Amino acid sequence: MNILIAGVGGQGTLLASKVLGRYAVLCGKDCKQSEVHGMSQRGGSVTTHVRIGDKIHSPVIWAGAADIILAFEVLEAARMKHFLRPGGILLVNDIRILPMPCITGAAKYPDGLKEDMLEEINGAYFIPAADIAEEAGNVKSANVVMLGALCRLCGMDKEKMAQAISDCVPEKFRDVNLKAFALGYERVK
Amino acid sequence: MKELMLTNQAVARGAYEAGVRVLSAYPGTPSTEIAESFVKYDGVYAEWAPNEKVALEVAAGASVAGARAMACMKHVGVNVAADPLFTAAYTGVNGGLVIVVADDPGMHSSQNEQDSRFYARSAHVMMLEPSDAQEAKDFTKLAFELSEKYDTPVFIRLTTRVAHSRSLVELGERTDDKLRPYEKSVTKYTMMPASAILRHQVVEERDIELANMVNTLDINRVERSRRGGKIGVVCSGIVYQYVKEALPDASIFKVGTVYPLPIKAIAKFAASVPQLYVIEELEPFIENQLKKAGIKCKGKEIFSLQGELSVLKILEKFNRSVPVPVAAKVPGRPPVMCAGCPHRGVFYVLSKLKLTVNGDIGCYTLGAVPPLSAVDTVLCMGASIGMAHGFKKATKGVSHNVAVIGDSTFIHSGITGLINAVYNESGITLIILDNSTTGMTGHQNHPATGKNLKGDPAPAVLLDDLCRACGVKDVKVVDAYDIKAVEEAVKSGIASKEVSVIIAQRPCVLLDKRPKPVMTVDGCRNCGMCMKLGCPAISRDESGVHIDPNQCTGCGVCAEVCHFGAIKEGVR
Repeated sequence: MNILIAGVGGQGTLLASKVLGRYAVLCGKDCKQSEVHGMSQRGGSVTTHVRIGDKIHSPVIWAGAADIILAFEVLEAARMKHFLRPGGILLVNDIRILPMPCITGAAKYPDGLKEDMLEEINGAYFIPAADIAEEAGNVKSANVVMLGALCRLCGMDKEKMAQAISDCVPEKFRDVNLKAFALGYERVK
Repeated sequence: MKELMLTNQAVARGAYEAGVRVLSAYPGTPSTEIAESFVKYDGVYAEWAPNEKVALEVAAGASVAGARAMACMKHVGVNVAADPLFTAAYTGVNGGLVIVVADDPGMHSSQNEQDSRFYARSAHVMMLEPSDAQEAKDFTKLAFELSEKYDTPVFIRLTTRVAHSRSLVELGERTDDKLRPYEKSVTKYTMMPASAILRHQVVEERDIELANMVNTLDINRVERSRRGGKIGVVCSGIVYQYVKEALPDASIFKVGTVYPLPIKAIAKFAASVPQLYVIEELEPFIENQLKKAGIKCKGKEIFSLQGELSVLKILEKFNRSVPVPVAAKVPGRPPVMCAGCPHRGVFYVLSKLKLTVNGDIGCYTLGAVPPLSAVDTVLCMGASIGMAHGFKKATKGVSHNVAVIGDSTFIHSGITGLINAVYNESGITLIILDNSTTGMTGHQNHPATGKNLKGDPAPAVLLDDLCRACGVKDVKVVDAYDIKAVEEAVKSGIASKEVSVIIAQRPCVLLDKRPKPVMTVDGCRNCGMCMKLGCPAISRDESGVHIDPNQCTGCGVCAEVCHFGAIKEGVR
């Protein structure tokens, strides 16, 4: 299973990949991941690659080979959607964060990205993860809301995923994250 | 159960298991996490050195004293450490000495994509290249054994996609870390002509011995395809993983020692395959050596010298491409200075004053991007000061330029440039952006932060005192958020004929966890003045500007530039 996580530096893509890696270990699978640190993290586009299977070689997913794209922002979903294989799942946090070229007026944030993706990709889902995270008690848990939705859409083991979340977040944030996970899970019935 | 580890963590684990006593490093993407992970183990010593040269000297000293020791750096760090490197190859070691270098093909976070394998060749230092976390741990332990057995420093080479990938690792126990006895030996450890001439001979003999030995070393191995393909591939590191995915029918010679290469073993492999390819990122390092040895192969006539390889690029070159959907054309999202970044106001002032800015390496390199577009030159760590001095000398002092450098970079290699400017009287203006951390690499301490690698209190170098000690009479300390004070200090600096230093202080906004105010807009005339700051929290439409309270940190710089008093501090 190839999962590409796409977002904006600072959105918590690394925690999401950490949880998925832990999930793989709990399932007894091989897992490789590729991350980006350094300059790109400063508000730029970031992608994290997670590959889970019996034997994995490359830690990097290539265009057309992602089973799932977990996008934390709409423009980033559009930027990376060519990584999705035919029939794959595109799960998007339905928020817009303006990149600097759009803030300065050098470029325009495209209209209709969501509608286009919903039309183009059968397995496209948009959820208001930030709102759901706020309902769970912490807006920063939007990444875990996304994991909840992912877990259900892909038929992953709910107990093991919850365990992986518990293992990866600091104890004081455990409850709010488990709630965010449950709400995300419920959202995509 | 195996543990999912970042490869950099696995290198640290390998060093721990190998009984390493001393590790010294300077942060640099993609190598930083090695030192950060190693220091968490009990009973070891690890430190941030001010730069890579010092880090390697520390490790070399620990090695001669009898300990297993390690120095870690990014590729360009080896340039800084090259001086001790070349001669440590002559002295050899007492306790094992391993240097980890992390290259950055594709320049995810670097100013060039130099290929550090040439350092191994040039300095006569053995180099091992792992391809995942488990190998990184195993190769690190092996590197210490080889270092002691053959009396040589050994390189471990990583690239970004290896260093910053996670994979499963089987953990082992720490071995004995007893000191080897130190014995004084002028002919081995005191490198002056009489002894160095003899040691150079030892180096050449060692090279020959190692070049023979690696042909039977098990980390150089053949993986024969059972699918009967006609292609043979020589590769190492991350490229091995890509080849395994892209060309399952190819037979592979997996190189573990990129220097010296197991030429004889590869020649034997070459003779067993109809067509041999060398697939490597960056320079034709392996390919040229094979060709020199008379082994026919194809490499850079197919693959680029630039950037990273990928499974897809290999598939394409072998005409096995699956149809690849084309990326949508959407606006880019380049990295930006964070909302509340204390560097922003300084660059606003420099841009407004239309000064030529000699910049440096760090988050503040982002002062070059629109709308601030303030930075003119960036070369290497510390170069801002030397280049500003050169500008002044070339123009006989009339150029309107300033040097801008971060606190960590100033400690790394800015101090000597400043002494030069004072000594040779160029009258430059230097701005030290003091955010009390090494920001870009993820917030590491340095000698001026008052904390060490562990986060424990440590003596702090006082930057203003240091500048005065270098001979600078005009040293001003200003609040980086107070752009009026910054502007006055800069104007006074460039008007002066003497060297002046402005230390613009404010901790990195990401480190300051205190509750922060938020800026609010009322009565905006939509003049667009605050848009010149390039703050990601501020956006604009027909109705005026808007400040995103989720991003705003209340730094107030936007309120300072607003001519109409429309931006005020509000309640979150």
